Amino acid sequence: MSVTGVQGEERQDYSKAESAQIRARSRHLLGSLLSPLKAKLWLTAVAIVVSSAAQVAGPALIAYGIDQGIPALVEQNWFPVAFAGAAYLITGLVGAFLIAVYIRMSARISQAVLIDLRTRMFLHTQKLSLEFHESYTSGRIISRQTSDLDAIRELMDEGLTLLVRGLMYMVFTAIMLVIVDAPSGFVLLASLVPLGILTRWFQVRSQSLFRRSRVASAKLIVQFVETMTGIRAVQAFRKQKRNEAEFGGLVEDYRDVNAKVLGLFAVYNPGMALIGNTAVAVTLVLGGFRVIDGDLGVGVLLAAVLYTKRFFDPMEDMAMFYNGYQSASSALEKISGVLEEEPSVPDPVTPVDLWNAEGDVEFDGVEFAYTKDRVILPRFDLAIPAGQTIALVGSTGAGKSTLAKLIARFYDPSDGVVTLDGIALADLHPKDLRRAIVMVTQEAYLFSGSVADNIALGKPGASSDEIVRAAMAVGAHEFIEGLPNGYDTDVNKRGGRVSAGQRQLISFARAFLANPAVLILDEATSSLDIPSERLVQEGLTKLLADRTAVIIAHRLSTVAIADRVLVMEHGRIIEDGTPAELIGGTGHFAAMHAAWKDSLV
Amino acid sequence: MRALWRLREYAGPAMPFFAGSMAAALVAQLIALAIPQVLQQIVDGPLAHGEASAVIPLAVLVFVLGAVEAILYAIRRWLVVGPGTRVEARMRNALYAKLQDLPVSFHDRWPSGQLLSRAVSDLGLIRRWLSFGLVLTGANLVIIVVGVGILMSMNWFLGLIFLVCSLPLWWAGWRFEGRYSEMSRLSQDQAGDLATAVEESVHGIRVLKAFGRGKHALSTFRAQAESLRSTEIEKARLDASIWVWIMVVPAVALSLCLVVGVWLAAQGQLTVGELLAFFATATVLAWPIESIGFMLAFALDARTATDRFFDILDSENTIVDPAEPRTVERARGELAFRDVHFRYQDSPARFGDLLDGVDLVLEPGETMALVGLTGCGKTTMTALTTRLYDVTGGSVTLDGVDVRAFTRDELRTHIAMAFEDATLFSASVRDNVLLGRPELSGDDPGVLAEAEQVLDEALRIAQASFVYDLPDGVDTKVGEEGMSLSGGQRQRLALARAVAAKPAVLVLDDPLSALDVATEARVEAELRSVLASTTALIVAHRPSTVMLADRVALLENGRVTAVGTHSELLRESEHYRFVITSLEDEERRSTGVDAVDAEDTIREEAAS
Repeated sequence: MSVTGVQGEERQDYSKAESAQIRARSRHLLGSLLSPLKAKLWLTAVAIVVSSAAQVAGPALIAYGIDQGIPALVEQNWFPVAFAGAAYLITGLVGAFLIAVYIRMSARISQAVLIDLRTRMFLHTQKLSLEFHESYTSGRIISRQTSDLDAIRELMDEGLTLLVRGLMYMVFTAIMLVIVDAPSGFVLLASLVPLGILTRWFQVRSQSLFRRSRVASAKLIVQFVETMTGIRAVQAFRKQKRNEAEFGGLVEDYRDVNAKVLGLFAVYNPGMALIGNTAVAVTLVLGGFRVIDGDLGVGVLLAAVLYTKRFFDPMEDMAMFYNGYQSASSALEKISGVLEEEPSVPDPVTPVDLWNAEGDVEFDGVEFAYTKDRVILPRFDLAIPAGQTIALVGSTGAGKSTLAKLIARFYDPSDGVVTLDGIALADLHPKDLRRAIVMVTQEAYLFSGSVADNIALGKPGASSDEIVRAAMAVGAHEFIEGLPNGYDTDVNKRGGRVSAGQRQLISFARAFLANPAVLILDEATSSLDIPSERLVQEGLTKLLADRTAVIIAHRLSTVAIADRVLVMEHGRIIEDGTPAELIGGTGHFAAMHAAWKDSLV
Repeated sequence: MRALWRLREYAGPAMPFFAGSMAAALVAQLIALAIPQVLQQIVDGPLAHGEASAVIPLAVLVFVLGAVEAILYAIRRWLVVGPGTRVEARMRNALYAKLQDLPVSFHDRWPSGQLLSRAVSDLGLIRRWLSFGLVLTGANLVIIVVGVGILMSMNWFLGLIFLVCSLPLWWAGWRFEGRYSEMSRLSQDQAGDLATAVEESVHGIRVLKAFGRGKHALSTFRAQAESLRSTEIEKARLDASIWVWIMVVPAVALSLCLVVGVWLAAQGQLTVGELLAFFATATVLAWPIESIGFMLAFALDARTATDRFFDILDSENTIVDPAEPRTVERARGELAFRDVHFRYQDSPARFGDLLDGVDLVLEPGETMALVGLTGCGKTTMTALTTRLYDVTGGSVTLDGVDVRAFTRDELRTHIAMAFEDATLFSASVRDNVLLGRPELSGDDPGVLAEAEQVLDEALRIAQASFVYDLPDGVDTKVGEEGMSLSGGQRQRLALARAVAAKPAVLVLDDPLSALDVATEARVEAELRSVLASTTALIVAHRPSTVMLADRVALLENGRVTAVGTHSELLRESEHYRFVITSLEDEERRSTGVDAVDAEDTIREEAAS
């Protein structure tokens, strides 16, 4: 199994080569995000280096002040102590100023990276085909763009700052220690061995725990969100008690793994403190003997002890943010996987413009298959002259929607070509394609915002007059006027209190406003009541008079306004003719029509 | 801080552990303060007098103290790991249980994202505050007092300089916190908006693609992302300014102390060892002092999180079980609406009640179609039967008993619903369909066999045999995390679920809207057998669905204005004809076919 793109994303057991491949693509992504920020990065690096150096100069200056200052001052020489005091103050001020610079710069960098990554993800998500979205599921693509990006943000905001600052601080502290007293430096060096072993132990243990913790929290979140969004069904079917048991189990899993992670910290951090304190005691003994021998000033001993102690100060922060690093890097791995997915319906390299489409649609030797042995639409030809209204009928799974989606270029055919006015859809400028061909689906999605905003999506910048006219044309005006704030009523999340039928009317008005040359209606009237459908149909008769239309409907009432009916079965067009011809004949359609007539009454 | 005090309801049993942890932290810090005192002894004792052998025991003492500090450090953490995470788990379960109990009207107001952030990040924050924030704040405050006391006792003048110089830091920390939390709340809101934009761009991707509005959506998204960016940069600016304070203040204090200390030592008023100990102590104190501002911020964040938690826990549940519930062994299934009024809480005053005095009685076993214009309150009316909402006036009764007199659990065993937008949970097809039959989940062979039978029958009635062709058959996982099914497929599973519940009353909200004509006809044929013995309220838009019903109720302007058979209403009600008659029908009538006769014929056929 490959790990290219989003494949194998849920696995935890990557082989060496696969891990390398995933890491390489994350690195490549990170590189491409950071490369425009090179100058800022350098400036930030300089600020952090200089400020860390300034910060660690402190104990050395105190040592100098004590060892040189006291004897000098006894001689009434103020210079050494004044120098030490002033230098201490100045290094403190410079360090503080540069830290401030560093924090602000690093925030700019991290925000620039985030907005870049957000935009890339957003655009790429929109570019990826419906086929991808259907298999990847909305939950996952949303969590890539929210919680995964959050993990990266957290690392950049807090983790990275502390990590870099801590690391620089440790490096400079070690350097200063060697400068003021080399033998003490060796003690510190020796202490790095147990420190390294402890850290390695922590890393190995924590890695798998962090991974488990992410899995546990994700499960918890899924269960929680599903309960809240499906609360009606939960309550109506008395799922609460069972949910509580399930959720309680997930909470316990999450608690358990969290406690284990915290347990690791409870060993790691005190372990570090122990190593640090031991190093201090050893430094003290060795230094003490040398002071007695007169090889070392007392001030220097103090500096050596303080440096040794301080060296271990940032370790705790660094362990804390190893956590952040872990989740951010796995988030980046997943994000880079999504970005690696090639859109299966790519934009043309050299787009052809089509300013005014006539609406002449042709299928030329088209075949559509998911894989070689899952052919949905076997090879066929079909010509829909401009202005013709086509009704597509057939049972569920006959391939009606697939055919419609090929016209809307939600999919590309696996073989052959679909053309509009003689231009292959794949070559058409996306802007012209979407202006010329619009598809309205059964699932009428409303975005948060007002009713007017939602209709205006069909034509950005439409005047309120145009919006009202579109609503009137499809018979939505009346109910919209009846809403609390008319056209300005906020349709809250997922269409809230607008009924399913009303949602469909709004999405119809949207399509009406878009005024395309080719209109595709896929089950767009299924939830309408009959009076509304009647109004829509009246509107449609006018709307469709001079444009190409493909209508898919379960209710044959819609067929009445069609010029031509295509009956589909198992992906093939088995009947093709005017409604009158087919009803008069003896085929499938005649039978369906008869049955439907009976059901009407 | 009263809000935080309320946490004791959940943190109560863990309190001794937190106190123990605080004590450990305190002792560890005191030891850290003692180490410089030993250093002083070494410098002023063995080092000053050149007694090499005396260094060893004192250094050993430093080591022992250091080791004890590390052990206490471990104890501090170990003590709170279990209790702290258990408090978090307890609160999380309590929140979840409360949310499941709260009525649908509550969930209408609260987006799930808001609830989620409470359940996950807020509770995590509270746990961290209890285990670390609270513990360290207590310990640090004591240490500062003790440490400053030690500094003062070593040399009151140096101590005073240090103390006075530290005061501005506290002030700055306090000021900073106020502004910072304002910004972080703003950034949380903006991040929430951004997440909503992402969610919509994914859920609405078909619309965005169909209209080619990806770019348009991007520009909105960009604008939101930009405003979040500027908030974050403003936050960083504040952060940078507090760091300047944190670093400048000790620099000023210690540089002053250095000059004055050296001068005092030169004057002979202070030994070198004391000076050294002073600086070592000041270093130990630096972190607790710096931390006060952050600890304060931490406490305030924890308070906000606690408030947000209790916002939910304190929400009054308006739909509760009665104190002395009535109970019915086996409901006959007489469902009645008596002068029912209903309005949504947020409905503006100028609008009348959505349901304005509905009277309707369904006899046991009767199938009633509910017909009316879109948006007239049909779906709302169905929701009143199982108390997803409560009536605002009048009553709904089952077998003559007000539905509010049953426990919700019992009521919902008697009445099962299928919703128009079919919600499936991330579970197997089997679990989804048998949702209303918890007693059928078990390993007992008898139960398993019955479960299998109920499942098969429900799937057959709903014409959902497609599930057998799914990768794992009826064990295939569906829902958000599983296979994505088409609208028609989901609708059939939701119908199967309602049927499998074998209730006394079935409430179906436009259950066949997404089905094609042929499937619809088959489902209807199967449903008839179920409906023969079950009371049913079916919201219908189509004559074909109406055909399932014995009688039809017409909902108009918030009232049921007519009840009768389809043909009666066709004859008598103009509004009904308007609502239910399609174009073709009119056409047909004009061409001479009498719709009413045709309907009667079909009825007779069905009856025979």
